Amino acid sequence: MSDLERFRADTRALLENEVPKSLRGHGSDPEAQIWGGKKERRSPDQDAWLKLGIERGFTAPTWPKEYGGGGYGKEQAAVLAQELKRLDLPAPLTGFGLSMIGPTLLQFGTDEQKREHLPRITRGEIRWCQGYSEPNAGSDLASLQCSAADRGDHYIVNGQKTWTSYGDKADWMFLLVRTDPAAKKQQGITFVLVDLDTPGVTIRPIRLISGASPFCESFFENVRVLKSNVVSEVNQGWTVAKALLGHEREMIAAVFGSGRNAARAGSVVSVAKRQFGQDRVPDPVLRDRLAQILMDEKCFELTVQRTADAARAGRRPGPESSLFKIYGTELNQRRQELLCSIRGPDSLGWEGEGFAPDALQQTRDWLRSRGNTIEGGTSEIQLNIIAKRVLGLPGD
Amino acid sequence: MALVLNEDQKLLAETAKSFAAKGAPVSRLRKLREDALGFDPELWKRMAELGWTGLPFPEADGGLGLGLADVVCLTEELGRTLMTEPYLSTVLVAGQLLASAGTEQQKAAHLAPLIAGESHVALAHAERTTRAALDGIETTVQSAGSDLLISGEKRQVLGATAAQTFIVVARENDGLSMYLVPRNAPGVEVVRQWRIDAAPVAIVRLREVKLQRTSLLGSAGGARPLLENVLDRATVALAAEMLGGMSEAFERTLAYLKERVQFGVAIGSFQALKHRAARLFIEIELTRSAVMAAARALDAGAEDAPALVSVAKARASDAFLLVANEAIQMHGGVGMTDEHEIGFFLKRARGSELTFGDAAHHRGRFANLNGF
Repeated sequence: MSDLERFRADTRALLENEVPKSLRGHGSDPEAQIWGGKKERRSPDQDAWLKLGIERGFTAPTWPKEYGGGGYGKEQAAVLAQELKRLDLPAPLTGFGLSMIGPTLLQFGTDEQKREHLPRITRGEIRWCQGYSEPNAGSDLASLQCSAADRGDHYIVNGQKTWTSYGDKADWMFLLVRTDPAAKKQQGITFVLVDLDTPGVTIRPIRLISGASPFCESFFENVRVLKSNVVSEVNQGWTVAKALLGHEREMIAAVFGSGRNAARAGSVVSVAKRQFGQDRVPDPVLRDRLAQILMDEKCFELTVQRTADAARAGRRPGPESSLFKIYGTELNQRRQELLCSIRGPDSLGWEGEGFAPDALQQTRDWLRSRGNTIEGGTSEIQLNIIAKRVLGLPGD
Repeated sequence: MALVLNEDQKLLAETAKSFAAKGAPVSRLRKLREDALGFDPELWKRMAELGWTGLPFPEADGGLGLGLADVVCLTEELGRTLMTEPYLSTVLVAGQLLASAGTEQQKAAHLAPLIAGESHVALAHAERTTRAALDGIETTVQSAGSDLLISGEKRQVLGATAAQTFIVVARENDGLSMYLVPRNAPGVEVVRQWRIDAAPVAIVRLREVKLQRTSLLGSAGGARPLLENVLDRATVALAAEMLGGMSEAFERTLAYLKERVQFGVAIGSFQALKHRAARLFIEIELTRSAVMAAARALDAGAEDAPALVSVAKARASDAFLLVANEAIQMHGGVGMTDEHEIGFFLKRARGSELTFGDAAHHRGRFANLNGF
């Protein structure tokens, strides 16, 4: 038995015997995900799984052991992911600490920053959020205005951030601030880490058209940030931000290409069968739309697989991964629209009686899906990236 | 079943690409579209010398025994310059039917010369009302003593201009049968048809053509499963051909966007065009994945292979038409002229779309296969 096979056997036995069985089948269930942080209320089973995950280095499998990672190779991490998928288990820990700021600190952080923050991420003690967008800096992120004034050993931060995902549930924020207002816009930006318990920080949820509030607006009023919390050099934040956006793109691609969509597409067929009370969808137009969605879904999954296969064969994923963001989000929107069409008037409920709970949820999901092509870089920005960096078309 | 090319496949694709670019540039379509044969027999000989006419056949039959994952590397490049040589109809349809259902005698008479590049055979299945591959077939077979009489009219028979023999599909015993009919048999009339895509097609009229019972290929009334399987394989090879065609049309359009200047700048700097170009890129990437996966699924005999064939053909059909339409729009007025080559891609896109079932047909088939 090779080392990798032994690792798989051990991991499988561990997952089967020691992870609470109640978590099985909930791999992509939003309620079952473990985000960590001081404000999270976990079930006892989630707690047990997180604790086990920390002990085994499964929360951050590929990070170095000295920072609380598992020290595993990419192949072992892939085996772990496969074995989690086999039992449809959620990861022992998820979140922006693991997917965004952690990799960024590993690349750009000082030893001190790594020692301070990484173990607290891997142990699920601190939950992170991202402070990039501002009311007047959306797609044109580099025009951000949130300012940091130099006060010797610290900065005083003033300004506003918006679209802070899960800001109300986070403990720390990594954010971009303007440290040199005179420099050209990309050049006066610095990447800093802020403890959200610092006086002067206010976080308020934003209510969306779906009624949910996954995003917040964050206000900074004379907030003191020590200079030891600057990542990389002062005024070099844009470089860090771009690297982090790369991690974000990978994460989004992973989300949309994880096969989660396939399960959902299959569920469109079962919704249709239930709605019409028969196996064959009687309306030929809806039937054609349904086939179209499923087939496009398949093409998308195959493209994700092809990219992964090419990566295994040694090709680095490039800017073409922007297509996953564009296509995956649009697929989700089309799927939600089709579900509304299939449900007909049953899709009009906001809450209350006379509407099935799953129809109510789906209507909210449909409304929420409109944001998919805006958040994390609008489709238009992604198209610009493909045009410029893949197709070599000239700038305007 | 990794979706990557191995070294042999890369080499095959490279060889085919330079072969097509040198020997079969798009410009020759101007001659071929008025040519009785509709393709270049000298080029066909060279394709046979390269072993391509034997690519998918078992070594026992004198072929190279390669899979569809290899074949699509070739057809993609043949599609890039819109080649009209009847590779699909002769090798991948007629040849595969002979290899799968032919007796030793039939193979010796028809398959061996086909692999050698010395003869063509064409499947004559489509008729007046045919839309997808195997519907609308009304050709009949009657007994006449110890012989048979076959009657019907086949339309747009692919590869018919050069075929010495036709595999005629007829209704028999509530099913479909295939008969080998020599072009020169009494009662056979071949009339050239002229299509927008310069395909080498013809009408094949059969008026009480007398056949020996040994002309039957496969079993009487039982041809449908084999035909479906062979046409599925050919459909994926066609989708690859379309992928080549759309890739070439896109690359030419991209070059034009970079060189054409209006308002003092390259028109490719306009976001209205840039974004559409990026969308075409996405469509082509998705098509490539579907083609590669369908070919590998058929090679592996996977259960979902027929569904993947429909995914590949539907996507290739929609994407090729979209790319070709956009290519003309982005070329502007010059794209509308017969003198410019970009219009050939649109004509080919339409011809290929309607070969072996269009996108709507394949979505319906996919729905059936998936039980809704």
